[in-house]
Amino acid sequence: MTNLLLVLLIWMGSLCGGLIGALTGLGGGVVIVPLLVLVFGVDIRYAMGASLISVIATSSGAAAAYVKEGFSNIRIGMFLEIATTIGALLGASLAVRLPTVLIGGIFGGVLVVSALLSLRGPGDPPGNEPPDPLATRLKMDSTYPSLTGIKAYHVRRIPSGFGMMFGAGTLSGLLGIGSGAFKVLAMDQVMRIPFKVSTTTSNFMIGVTAAASAGIYLRRGFIAPGLAMPVVLGVIIGSIIGTRVLVKTKTKWLRIVFSFVIAILGMEMIYGAFTGKL
Amino acid sequence: MQTRSFGWNDEKVESAVGVLLQVGVFASGAVVLAGGILYLALFGDSRPDYHDFVGESAGLRSFHAVLRGVSHFDSQAIIQLGLLLLIATPVVRVIFSLVAFWLQRDRIYVIFTSIVLAILLYSLLGGVR
Repeated sequence: MTNLLLVLLIWMGSLCGGLIGALTGLGGGVVIVPLLVLVFGVDIRYAMGASLISVIATSSGAAAAYVKEGFSNIRIGMFLEIATTIGALLGASLAVRLPTVLIGGIFGGVLVVSALLSLRGPGDPPGNEPPDPLATRLKMDSTYPSLTGIKAYHVRRIPSGFGMMFGAGTLSGLLGIGSGAFKVLAMDQVMRIPFKVSTTTSNFMIGVTAAASAGIYLRRGFIAPGLAMPVVLGVIIGSIIGTRVLVKTKTKWLRIVFSFVIAILGMEMIYGAFTGKL
Repeated sequence: MQTRSFGWNDEKVESAVGVLLQVGVFASGAVVLAGGILYLALFGDSRPDYHDFVGESAGLRSFHAVLRGVSHFDSQAIIQLGLLLLIATPVVRVIFSLVAFWLQRDRIYVIFTSIVLAILLYSLLGGVR
């Protein structure tokens, strides 16, 4: 395949990845790596490098639109980024040392788990729980626009959420993904933050988390410009389209469809790792 | 409610940050696109090998080397410069938030944001191999 054709195909695939990533708040990375590895036969380290950059593009590109809608919570995001960035450093240090077969296998496992987590759907909607003293002290409680007007929410279980975010950051650095599924899980299920606030704050956070790994990836030669170029350009356009329709879309169906896609990709990755194709 | 000075509130900060990020993404995207067009014009017919990992050449692994390449109109270095600008957008965002929290006299969030910034700079400036 010539370079021109390869670039065009990867660009189109990445556009779809960026679109889905923005719509679900899970980032394009989870689709980009399997796409490059399974479809285009790219070494997983180059795929992770391109994916990590695209994660930053998704995050930064969509931020303005999310902020305008008033969903994301910058304080929660900044506090939890302490955990995600430290985790990302650990993950990226592991990524440059572990064999690719192992990384591919872990990647597949993470995809399957992400899919199962998404299928569980959101927990009970946050009710009238009393404010958590720690959340009050950290000024995390806020409001968000809902169909029935402005709604207040209280943030719960901050230490557990912080710990999960460390894990999410480690996976982000290890696999070159945004690990949005785990960030959303920590905020939505554990910290009881409304789903849309969770997804948009997660989107805000994945860029900072990914930037923490990017320096390590760059110095190790994971970032191939000829490959990252179509991925990034595709993802930027896809995520812009994605955020335009975010507010109008029902998240439930999106999650279900996307869950099946990432589960299948995950099993493919595990199969590839076992058969030595990665 | 905490004291807020200089008319900065969270909403204002967030929307400024959001616009800033988008401008950063468009600017880096334009650089990547320019480098990409040049790259395809020069190497569109070649058959790149991404199947076997050798790591990118030293000229594309550090900020200084990339700038040197850009000064020679090396198409891959121009793409890489755009990617580096993109990596910088979240860092700029953190710096901007730091200033905003400082203007709000929100000491605890100044500390949190400083920690995040320190970790980012430590990684990007070569503290971790």
